[in-house]
Amino acid sequence: MVDTILGRKIGMTQIFNDRGEVVPVTVIEAGPCIVTQLKSVDKDGYVAVQVGFGEIRPKLVNKPLKGHFEKAGVTPLRHLQEIRTSDTSDYKLGDEIKCDIFQTGQRVKVVGTSKGKGFAGVVKRYHFHGGDMTHGSMIHRKPQSSGATDAARTFKGTKKPGQMGNVQTTVRGLRIARVDSDRNLLLIEGAVPGANGGYITIQRLTGGRRDS
Amino acid sequence: MALGKNIITDIERAEIVRSGDIWVNNENRRREIEAKEKKRKEWETVSLENRVALPKFRVGDTVRVHAKVVEGDKERIQVFEGVVIAQNHSLNREAFTVRKISHAAVGVERGFLLHSPRIEKIEVARYGKVRRAKLYYLRGKVGKSARIKEDRYPTR
Repeated sequence: MVDTILGRKIGMTQIFNDRGEVVPVTVIEAGPCIVTQLKSVDKDGYVAVQVGFGEIRPKLVNKPLKGHFEKAGVTPLRHLQEIRTSDTSDYKLGDEIKCDIFQTGQRVKVVGTSKGKGFAGVVKRYHFHGGDMTHGSMIHRKPQSSGATDAARTFKGTKKPGQMGNVQTTVRGLRIARVDSDRNLLLIEGAVPGANGGYITIQRLTGGRRDS
Repeated sequence: MALGKNIITDIERAEIVRSGDIWVNNENRRREIEAKEKKRKEWETVSLENRVALPKFRVGDTVRVHAKVVEGDKERIQVFEGVVIAQNHSLNREAFTVRKISHAAVGVERGFLLHSPRIEKIEVARYGKVRRAKLYYLRGKVGKSARIKEDRYPTR
């Protein structure tokens, strides 16, 4: 059994739990993922299942990938990803992996691409305090000193303005609030990285926080 | 076909219905525990029909909200009576704010979710006639100036 599924963030809402409390949830279209390739120790040196998710216009698929999909006998898919597993004998090419691999209460980690903030200054990017806006201050949102004069250079990793967001972001320990395998929906408690419509990966956590 | 935002609308609509089921479950469980405490063999079970229907009310009306309060593992019903000063309409998130003047002329506001399973019953005590959607101006008023004209011919 694999422990990972690919999905798309639809948006957030809130539901009531059995105690009548309100739970904020993110609605995710999770799967069905289609098996496109089985990796084996003999051929590839490791064991994994390659799966694809999401529809794509055939025009947008290049020839090498088209051949890859034809070999698997599936229609072209937007995203391809490998899932490491110990045993691929449960799966064959073209099989569907659905969100029923998860159960309510399980803890998962969600990997997505955070919302891009563009080229951001240090106040927004690193929560620098900045200077006074008034009282004659001429230092408003400037980064100020970037190091000592003695070193005569700026050290690597110094916090400076630059691209913020639009990077891979992982949130661990989120709880699955509901599984709707008829509509391929997962409801996950709390927020997940990225904009609505963004592509995300959901993986079951083993160890750490207990399922509840 | 990729799913759209309308899925969320579906979930929210279903949640309003589900809220009733949660209420039934919790009420039946509470009755069972109560019966066992009093060593009764039988108890009445409730269904959705036993739940009091939500009345129609608007901003400016005075309502009596019977809400369940959970204390430890016990539940009890608390009544909160006051003027509805705000409403937010949005499927399962539909909410309203009630303001009452507590003793020593201290204003107390409490927000409720209309479709929450913890709402036992809502009664309308008085219909009010107001010309605002949000009555936040009441916060700065006490005594006579905080009154609301009564709507004698309410159309709700």
